[in-house]
Amino acid sequence: MIPLKKALTSPVGRKFVMSISGIALVLFVIVHLLGNLTLYVPDGGETFNRYAAGFEAMGPFLYVIELGLLAVILIHIGWGITTAIKNRKARPEDYDESTETKGGPSRLSLASKNMIVSGVVLGFFLIVHIWHFRVRKDFVGETTEVDGQEATNLYAMVHEAFADPFWVVFYVGCMVFLAFHLRHGFWSALQSLGAMKPEWSKAIYAIGFFVAVVLAVGFMGIPLYIYFVDLPPPV
Amino acid sequence: MADETMDLTLRVWRQNGPDDKGRFEEYAAEGISPHSSFLEMLDQVNERLIHQGKEPIAFDSDCREGICGTCGFVVNGQAHGPEPATTVCQLHMRNFSDGDTITIEPWRAKAFPVIKDLVVDREAFDRIISAGGYVSVGTGPKPDANAVKVPKPISDKAFDSAACIGCGACVAACPNAAASLFTGAKITHLALLPQGRPERGQRVKNMVHQMEEEGFGNCSNIGECEAVCPKEISVSNIAKMKREYLRALFTDS
Ligand code: HEM
Ligand code: FES
Repeated sequence: MIPLKKALTSPVGRKFVMSISGIALVLFVIVHLLGNLTLYVPDGGETFNRYAAGFEAMGPFLYVIELGLLAVILIHIGWGITTAIKNRKARPEDYDESTETKGGPSRLSLASKNMIVSGVVLGFFLIVHIWHFRVRKDFVGETTEVDGQEATNLYAMVHEAFADPFWVVFYVGCMVFLAFHLRHGFWSALQSLGAMKPEWSKAIYAIGFFVAVVLAVGFMGIPLYIYFVDLPPPV
Repeated sequence: MADETMDLTLRVWRQNGPDDKGRFEEYAAEGISPHSSFLEMLDQVNERLIHQGKEPIAFDSDCREGICGTCGFVVNGQAHGPEPATTVCQLHMRNFSDGDTITIEPWRAKAFPVIKDLVVDREAFDRIISAGGYVSVGTGPKPDANAVKVPKPISDKAFDSAACIGCGACVAACPNAAASLFTGAKITHLALLPQGRPERGQRVKNMVHQMEEEGFGNCSNIGECEAVCPKEISVSNIAKMKREYLRALFTDS
């Protein structure tokens, strides 16, 4: 009864798209962090490189997964930007006195007001990050041996990157924006789907804070650990 | 105590008509009783303006007892002023202190164009209601009382949603100027009751699409709408609207 175009772009429908793509990205980010935790294993990279080699062993199927992920990211960005533009247009003339929250049940915050800002920073981060570790891997990766097979030494690449304080600061800084995006995003995604009732909302808002902090801090830990703890002492 | 009065400075948005650019003007509001309402305070200022041969500040009001939804403007960045669960006609001057400067602005949204000063055109809300915020009733004999059963908890919930007075504060306070709380409340009210069920799919579809047509923004689930709502309508009405839309996506009715 509701045409597909409306289902994807009406004020309610477009938030279904944002919500589902956002949740998919959160799930991806959780899996990504769990995998990257193998970087903490102090075995000179054997575990991490074996984990990475597992992806390469998937062959062309890996591309299917990667393209799917890329599509989800592009949909989320596309819908996010058009939604933000429409929202801006809905109030052509802003208030002189900046809106002051009335408190109570309101979730007006730095995070909720600036989803498009944290989102665009994350988009920029993704471009740099994909180039930095995914694209470069195929060209400049030095190799190592995993179970007798030749494999990219991604562990060495990561360590080389995070020997440079610039990259440490860049990655840690971007994760602050991830924390802000998810602080509001997690709750918002469930409310956008209507998967909410008043009795739950406090708990879900609190879980959103937990998810945001755990994911952001988890990722921040990797460059910090490598830079401050795990780098081989300079010869 | 009762005789103590306050002197205030008002920064008021003045706009001669829809096409005027508009600007802030300052007025002194002197000898204001803390017991007067915000609108009575403006009446006093307007009387002085009229005596001086100046154009009084235009604002909407009707019942002045917080039940009709006619009044409303933004006071110091807050829709209906600082007090929760209050319309600006029920806001009292004791919320302010002697010497305060108060900024007064109209609701600002593309869908609510300014008519004059603090008066905005809220017909966009009427058009959303016309799109589906009703129950079609055939003519004929009146049905028996209590023939249609409604469980008490459901009727209570429907009543909470029906409490919306359509003042537009939710739109005014929303960073996206979205009308989700208003629309969600009406959809929820009717979807909960047996009389509203037969048309629920069409209703949510038409009302949501009309909301877009009018140029309201998209809900970001911030909830400032609930915080400013004089009737404390909950954002759970918005979640219900989403579920109704989801249901309409996959069903025929
Ligand atoms: C890559 C660039 C990104 C952009 C431009 C972006 C943009 C946005 C915007 C503008 C919103 C708010 C929509 C609204 O409330 O009106 C949003 C919501 C959201 N984002 Fe992102 N985002 C990005 C990346 C991410 C990432 C990496 C994740 C997950 C880790 C994510 C998860 C979410 C979630 C869960 C929501 C809530 C969905 C909802 O409100 O229904 N986003 N995003
Ligand atoms: S004038 Fe009726 S609610 Fe304020």
